[in-house]
Amino acid sequence: MQSFQKKFQEYRWDSIHERIYNVGHADVRRSLHKTKKTMDDFLVLLSPTASQSLEEMAYMAQRLTQKRFGKTIQLFAPLYLSNECQNICTYCGFSMDNQLKRKTLSSIEIMQEAGALKAMGVNHVLLVSGEANKTVGLDYFLKAIKLLRPHFANISIEVQPLSQEEYYAVHQAGVNAVLVYQETYHEEVYKQYHPKGKKSNFAFRLDTPDRVGQAGLHKIGLGVLLGLEDWRVDSFFNALHIDYLQKTYWQTKYSVSFPRLRPAEGIIEPNFIMEDRDLLQLICAYRIWNPDLEISISTRENEKFRNHIISLGATTMSAASKTNPGGYVVDPQSLEQFETSDERSMDEIRNVIYQVGYEPIMKDWDNYW
Amino acid sequence: MSKLHIADKIFNSRLFLGTGKFGKLEGMTEAVRSSGSELVTMALKRVDLQSGSDDLLQALQIPDVNLLPNTSGARNAQEAVLAAQLAREALETNWVKLEIHPDPRYLLPDPIETLKATELLAKEGFIVMPYIHADPVLCKRLEDVGTAAVMPLGAPIGSNKGLLTLDFLEIIIEQSDVPVVVDAGIGAPSDAAKAMEIGADAVLVNTAIAVANDPTAMAIAFKEAVIAGRRAYEAGLPASQTVAVASSPLTNFLLD
Repeated sequence: MQSFQKKFQEYRWDSIHERIYNVGHADVRRSLHKTKKTMDDFLVLLSPTASQSLEEMAYMAQRLTQKRFGKTIQLFAPLYLSNECQNICTYCGFSMDNQLKRKTLSSIEIMQEAGALKAMGVNHVLLVSGEANKTVGLDYFLKAIKLLRPHFANISIEVQPLSQEEYYAVHQAGVNAVLVYQETYHEEVYKQYHPKGKKSNFAFRLDTPDRVGQAGLHKIGLGVLLGLEDWRVDSFFNALHIDYLQKTYWQTKYSVSFPRLRPAEGIIEPNFIMEDRDLLQLICAYRIWNPDLEISISTRENEKFRNHIISLGATTMSAASKTNPGGYVVDPQSLEQFETSDERSMDEIRNVIYQVGYEPIMKDWDNYW
Repeated sequence: MSKLHIADKIFNSRLFLGTGKFGKLEGMTEAVRSSGSELVTMALKRVDLQSGSDDLLQALQIPDVNLLPNTSGARNAQEAVLAAQLAREALETNWVKLEIHPDPRYLLPDPIETLKATELLAKEGFIVMPYIHADPVLCKRLEDVGTAAVMPLGAPIGSNKGLLTLDFLEIIIEQSDVPVVVDAGIGAPSDAAKAMEIGADAVLVNTAIAVANDPTAMAIAFKEAVIAGRRAYEAGLPASQTVAVASSPLTNFLLD
């Protein structure tokens, strides 16, 4: 099977770290002004030195995004199916060692939640679960997708890594995109944060986007959990992964998300703090490096940041999200994955986008494809 | 200025508009009105055909403006044909702009799938306007299978790079028996004027208008450029001299 592993092993964490922290002003000037950007330019734009050119980077990011995506923001909302999980992830509310009542939505409950989302105007939905293969495995997902497909123009999933055959099956059933985050590309640190469960297998997770690509899905979403390791180095590896995938599975679209560690029940404090300024630099660096990349901003971020990022590189936003199964109507008090920061309603977010001079888009796909 | 005929329709305006990327739907409506365009294309995937009250469709209810649904997002002939069939049913138009770009980065059209889909749709009675690379042979092949027009690109979609394919557009225009609409890459009114001057039948513009600070003013600028270019073409542009004429002509000896 085609695999990112080979490319990944050509790079050493420490040497990337050293390069990022030794970027000079001349490097930043050169990278900003080149017409075609490479991975080396992305590395330069991630650097502390480049942060001094943030205003210029923001301007470039705005222009590039408008040119490629127009003045539009695609809106979606998550639908959490289950918080059952057999992994221990020390930062996650769903972690197995978290002694709280678990919930998996029944078919009726899925439709109740879907009804609430439809009433909000949601047409693109993201299905989310923990990892509990026996109860929330392929059969459960296929059943949920079959129920939801007639009601949504676009269905994405963010669930446990599946096999290539399973990805093919969910794609045939109507799933458009798969989101799977490596969390961190630092292998040793990954093992510390994921001590138990299937997820502790770093290599299997690293190969997941390859399996998605081979199954022919339309879009793959990647990201690192910002706060586990140095975001600059981790993001370099994430971009390297996207770069490899884009060349290998050239018919697939790519999106990147920026989950910053948020408070959740029973979790640890982040090791690395990422300020708003850093996140903006990261988003601009991605955009300048890769004008075609979809950039997705979740409700983990605060209102002020979200209001401004609309015109600075974002293409996709979630809104009014509930991160617990049944969170919209069925069981609002169930265990959530993380606390959201921006709790405004879908209508409020649409209005904010509109105020910035952008068009909120609820539908940009068709469920018969 | 002569009118443009495509299939059974006659157009006064030779400027077609795309409707994506606008920040405000009202701004889009106003730009379309100001452009004088009578044919606008919109992505079917953006339209909610189920609800029957789609905001994009409503914004495009403009007198004398015809809708040209496009299949953007389709990756092969099969998906494009399906989209066109659904559009015909829901929007009651048999016009379709065929866009098949399996490459999501540069949105370059797949010539093989486009030819297949054109043939299938033309047989079903569709008025097909395929978005294609500026490939003169492909244009003739599309004519053979019943295309209503051809829409070769000037440069990649949204690139604003102008007529990078100029030499090939000239060959296409020279050879074509169907209208040639230059689509994609037109970044400035001067690009549109140039396309019209070389004899294109129409141009399609989207990004340059949608992303302008003042889309309405930009739409007017394009309208005027298209008229100017077409008038110049019809007036008969003097051919530019490609060879300098020597002051002592090489053929003088014949007069000796």
